[in-house]
Amino acid sequence: MPDFIAQWLDQNEIFTAMTIMEYWNGLVNTVQLVFLSLVIGLVFAIPLAILRTSKNPLVSGPVWLYTYLFRGTPLLIQLYIIYYGIAQIPGIQETFWWEIFREPFYPALLAFALNTCAYTTEIIRGAIVSTPAGEIEAAKAYGMNWWLRMRRIVLPSAARRAVQAYSNEVIFMLHSSAIASVVTIVDLTGAARNIYSRFYAPFDAFIFVALLYMALTFILVFAFRKLENHLLRHQRPVGS
Amino acid sequence: MLDLKGYGPELLDGAVVTIELAFLSLALALTLGLIGASSKLSGNRLAKAIATFYTTVVRGIPDLVMMLLFYYGGQVTVNMLSDWIWEAYEIDFFFQFDPFISGVVTIGLIFGAYMTETFRGAFLAVETGQIEAARAYGFTRWHTFRRVMFPQMLRHALPGIGNNWQVLLKTTALVSIIGLTDMVRVAEEAAKAERMPFHFFIPVAAVYLILTAGSELFIKWLNKRANVGVVQGS
Repeated sequence: MPDFIAQWLDQNEIFTAMTIMEYWNGLVNTVQLVFLSLVIGLVFAIPLAILRTSKNPLVSGPVWLYTYLFRGTPLLIQLYIIYYGIAQIPGIQETFWWEIFREPFYPALLAFALNTCAYTTEIIRGAIVSTPAGEIEAAKAYGMNWWLRMRRIVLPSAARRAVQAYSNEVIFMLHSSAIASVVTIVDLTGAARNIYSRFYAPFDAFIFVALLYMALTFILVFAFRKLENHLLRHQRPVGS
Repeated sequence: MLDLKGYGPELLDGAVVTIELAFLSLALALTLGLIGASSKLSGNRLAKAIATFYTTVVRGIPDLVMMLLFYYGGQVTVNMLSDWIWEAYEIDFFFQFDPFISGVVTIGLIFGAYMTETFRGAFLAVETGQIEAARAYGFTRWHTFRRVMFPQMLRHALPGIGNNWQVLLKTTALVSIIGLTDMVRVAEEAAKAERMPFHFFIPVAAVYLILTAGSELFIKWLNKRANVGVVQGS
């Protein structure tokens, strides 16, 4: 079997060291883009989810509108609006922001972060709303104030209920990030598109990248399963 | 008033393309979902393995990558096929691989995998007693499926179908990348030509928002109808 692989590697003109490096750079870009947007999205989603559960419509309303708009429209359009739109903001080309946003990476990061933040906000809101009333009553009976109750009771218990849905969101984000290639970012898909057009070999270029995405997906699924086991370890039957 | 600089009719045509694409993909996805779920629940090990392979692979690959693979790969396959037919039979058989067809096939295949999971869960939610009762009445397998399983399964499947539909609707935007002139493509060309991105993309975003919001209401209504006669809140 190794002979066969060596022979195939010798004969093929596509998977040379150069194209492998191109895929590798694409992988680095994809991972950076997805990881950063997920972190930014999650950091902002937690306070937004708390605001979204507020009884005051002036507080929860704007958050609802934000999540509604970003979840109701395609990410591709959000990306186009931000990517093409930023250059059109009057005066931005004279400020330091232009230095940042002229690179396609940052508009894409902004679009992805805003999008995943909207979905994550709704996931966390759902988990907060479904906190058993008894847990909150118990916390109140112990004299915990609002902040302490949030920090010690509501958010940790919500995290356990949100992790399953959040893992889907993470995988969804990984797959959605493929559209970064349309704004000239050479991510994994961008690398595959370049290699396709150089060799006119759609099957080699795209099946290889599909396998890479699949490997990333399975790593994420595995990691989240571990995390879920860890978070829900108190629910495990005794003795296992 | 909204001035679309003469791109109005094109945008409208694009919107129609988007809606056609969405409905055709949905039809394909529902069909594949039913076949997939039946295979997963069947006793046939080969059918089960194929369905599991299908759902696992599809859910591991980004939609755009699959679309590019089908679009460019489809063209290469058609070219090879037409070359072969020309050499073997001297018949000139050639067609341009259509982005619309690639779009329907890709989106249908992807959401077929999600529908498979939805339908599988819904079939399992139907009590086995119902099936046993149907069999005891002498219903054939097909009759059991059509008269007992399917109508009861639908109630459990509707929320999942609704969610998948909402995601599917937004996925149709990707077909503009492989060159289909849907409303996203028209808006992109107009925005570039007129250097007015907000002016063209925001109306398109609004159309998507209307479509998703409208679907939400319709799905709610369907759910209510499907759950007539079910006591809620137990």
